[in-house]
Amino acid sequence: MSTTADALHLTGHEAHATEHHEDHKPSFFVRWFMSTNHKDIGTLYLIFAILAGTIGGAISGIMRWELMEPGIQVLNHAWPIGAGTANFDEWTHHWNVLITAHALIMIFFTVMPAMMGGFGNWFVPLMIGAPDMAFPRMNNISFWLLVPSFCLLLGSTIVPGGTGLGAGTGWTLYAPLSTSGSSGPAVDMVIFSMHLAGASSILGAINFITTIFNMRAPGMTLHKMPLFVWSVLVTAFLLLLSLPVLAGAITMLLTDRNFGTAFFDASGGGNVVLYQHLFWFFGHPEVYIMILPGFGMVSQVVATFSRKPVFGYLGMAYAMVAIGVIGFVVWAHHMFTTGMSVDEKMYFTAATMIIAVPTGVKIFSWIATMWGGSITFETPMLFAIGFIFLFTVGGVTGVVLANGGVDTYMQDTYYVVAHFHYVLSLGAIFSIFAGFYYWFPKMSGRLYNELLGKIHFFLMFIGVNVIFFPMHFLGLDGMPRRIPDYTPAFAHWNYVSSVGYMITAVGVAVFFVNLFWSLAAGKKAPGNPWGEGATTLEWTLSSPPPFHQFSTLPRID
Amino acid sequence: MAAAWLTPASAQTPASPPPASAPVAAQPNAAPPAGFAQNPNSPDAATATPGQEPVAAALPTVAPTPGIGEPDGRMTLQDQVTPIGEEAAGFHDNILLPLCAIISIIVLALLLWAMVRYRRGANPVPSRNSHNTAIEVIWTLVPVLILVGIAIPSIRLLRHTYSPPPADLTVKVTGHQWYWSYEYPDNGVTFDSYMLKEANDPTRQKNQRARTDADGPPLLAVDERVVIPQGKVVKFIVTADDVIHSFAVPAFWIKQDANPGQLHEAWVKVDRPGVYFGQCSELCGARHGFMPIAVEVVPPAQFAQWVASKGGHLPGAKPASGAIPATQTGGGVSAPAPAVAGTTAATPAAPPANPNAATGATK
Repeated sequence: MSTTADALHLTGHEAHATEHHEDHKPSFFVRWFMSTNHKDIGTLYLIFAILAGTIGGAISGIMRWELMEPGIQVLNHAWPIGAGTANFDEWTHHWNVLITAHALIMIFFTVMPAMMGGFGNWFVPLMIGAPDMAFPRMNNISFWLLVPSFCLLLGSTIVPGGTGLGAGTGWTLYAPLSTSGSSGPAVDMVIFSMHLAGASSILGAINFITTIFNMRAPGMTLHKMPLFVWSVLVTAFLLLLSLPVLAGAITMLLTDRNFGTAFFDASGGGNVVLYQHLFWFFGHPEVYIMILPGFGMVSQVVATFSRKPVFGYLGMAYAMVAIGVIGFVVWAHHMFTTGMSVDEKMYFTAATMIIAVPTGVKIFSWIATMWGGSITFETPMLFAIGFIFLFTVGGVTGVVLANGGVDTYMQDTYYVVAHFHYVLSLGAIFSIFAGFYYWFPKMSGRLYNELLGKIHFFLMFIGVNVIFFPMHFLGLDGMPRRIPDYTPAFAHWNYVSSVGYMITAVGVAVFFVNLFWSLAAGKKAPGNPWGEGATTLEWTLSSPPPFHQFSTLPRID
Repeated sequence: MAAAWLTPASAQTPASPPPASAPVAAQPNAAPPAGFAQNPNSPDAATATPGQEPVAAALPTVAPTPGIGEPDGRMTLQDQVTPIGEEAAGFHDNILLPLCAIISIIVLALLLWAMVRYRRGANPVPSRNSHNTAIEVIWTLVPVLILVGIAIPSIRLLRHTYSPPPADLTVKVTGHQWYWSYEYPDNGVTFDSYMLKEANDPTRQKNQRARTDADGPPLLAVDERVVIPQGKVVKFIVTADDVIHSFAVPAFWIKQDANPGQLHEAWVKVDRPGVYFGQCSELCGARHGFMPIAVEVVPPAQFAQWVASKGGHLPGAKPASGAIPATQTGGGVSAPAPAVAGTTAATPAAPPANPNAATGATK
């Protein structure tokens, strides 16, 4: 199985064959562009996610600016995305391009690369005591597939997409808006972008599964793995099983668009709702893909700063497995208004509510982990506690939306927008920040500034709540999603929401100041800056860890 | 002016251009309107029949009520006016919302207590406690019981939603990019419904009537409302002819995606006369945010008048040939239809077979 690869490897690195110094680093180009080192690839993923997240966050800034008051006051100016002599339809098409780009960038190019690519690559091998990922070169191509994928997505915004430049279909790419409803190459480029991002994630998932199953250090049984590794394992299975369905669905879109098929065209015997079933069969596991690694990181952080082992470890691990399994059989709750039969609605209502049980187990177990602990409140812990509360708020509104009869009212309103931003923007992003601050000393070898970190947390905690809590009110009052202008009755809460964006933006600016200041001038970090609570293997290494770690495998009792 | 907005029928006649300016905008009535071809809200209708406005004004109407059937900046659900809406809103307000609040507050309180009681200063030595089977079983089973408690009224709500009484009236709703069209298959009434733009909106074309406050709020008011009888079971058959739209009226608790190539239904029974606004609720392209829905609920007698004014007929009475139907009964809608000759001049889209339309056209 490995003979060919080994031979190639030896030929390619003959000069290094005699080099046993574990901290030997290749030249800049080879190190960063031909990397086979899981830590370097993780760093690349994190840089990529930060860049993409900045773009995605800036797009939401344009959106909040436009929505700050009734009327069209931003989209009617010549705009980099779809610039040109605009008529009304082009302005509003810009809006649809913005919402599409915001969602795709945040999901596929920010949260997923940060969690799986970034933290997963960096810390799964460290936590299980492995020298690297199982397939280092495949790891590299997983990352580099994302770059052309992102370029295709960005490029799609400057080519024709129907009523204006760019793909204005929403991230869900619903047919027939994405087929007969959008002429021009923009949607095709978005589809190819998703194909590449999907291939990247599938390769990454194969790598994680192989690594976790085969490369654990002696004594590191599955039931001794840190919860973050468990979360990556479950997520990798979700990716592996759901992304091919997305790939199939968008390939059918592609042939409907270009080769005269009619999978989703009623006039040719197709069915527009079929696309939605295929999409959400991927799309619902996808939302757990975006949050499960966050669960894992929060578990590590809460245990570390409570100075206690995680409460109910097995329950926590198998709750994630349960969430992953049930996550595959609830997809149609995204489609309650498509005209489903009553039996379908009853089933998907009941199945969806069941997910609240393992999620509740996790929330209570985190609190129980803190219970009896000796808690300190460094920035990662603040983000983790913020995550627990805000994820609970997003979770209970999820239970409201799970009811098919109630969702009739809420579907496609700002209530849904509030719900999924509470679990993603406040859940996933908070867990990413928790993980970032937690592991920043390990990754960079320098300590971040605690005061700036805390300012960042409080500004962001206040800011995102001011953005998203009023969206519940807008949704209850009936405001639909994805509209660039609204009737004046919605003006008040939209204004509040936009003010919240400004607060959040200041918080993120503080984060960047902290990031660059700490990288340049932060204090040197010890191997374990967090004390006795940090018990996982990565804290046994230096900060940053040597270029190649665990040349002698650690043994776990 | 005041008369012009009074009725749904007269809503087709321009309210804003005063009669003096009407001749300026006059177009040959015979020419098919271009651009907004399906838009009956063209000045030809009005200018062709200036003398008949008073007749149109004779029809009573329902004006929108602020705070009912339209958003008003509140923090709660819109007032519900259908049986399903009342049941669902009660379920949300009395069970789901309190439960959300209680669970969130419990979690917050536990977190805050743990943060205060078990901070390092108060508890320097952490416990090593990491298992307690009893409490883990409890916090698994209690949520299960709560969810079962939610599921029972939830499933009941679904059953009620899907058990409509026999329909008294059927309205076929078709979504287009970017307007709605409505068809009363049993009444021979068909029309399109466009959003009314503001008077100062530069994108408003000259032949489009501007919105007035009597039409409804900005971005929600339409040139022609869909009219349904009060207290009757109305079945909306929803479809689309280009991309997916969604027919939604929050105050009725209905939202049905309009899928091209499929027919789906939503039903309402509204006891309160009034105007109820909704918006397209599935992304459908550039002007997705600009294809509102306005439903006007009127007493059955007035509904019959409206049907007649649209050149339609009520089931049970054949469309009269060459004569205006006098009295019609059937389909549960029973009302005398007044003579409304001339008002139909405002409906150039009416079927040519209709004598009233023909009358209007010849004028």
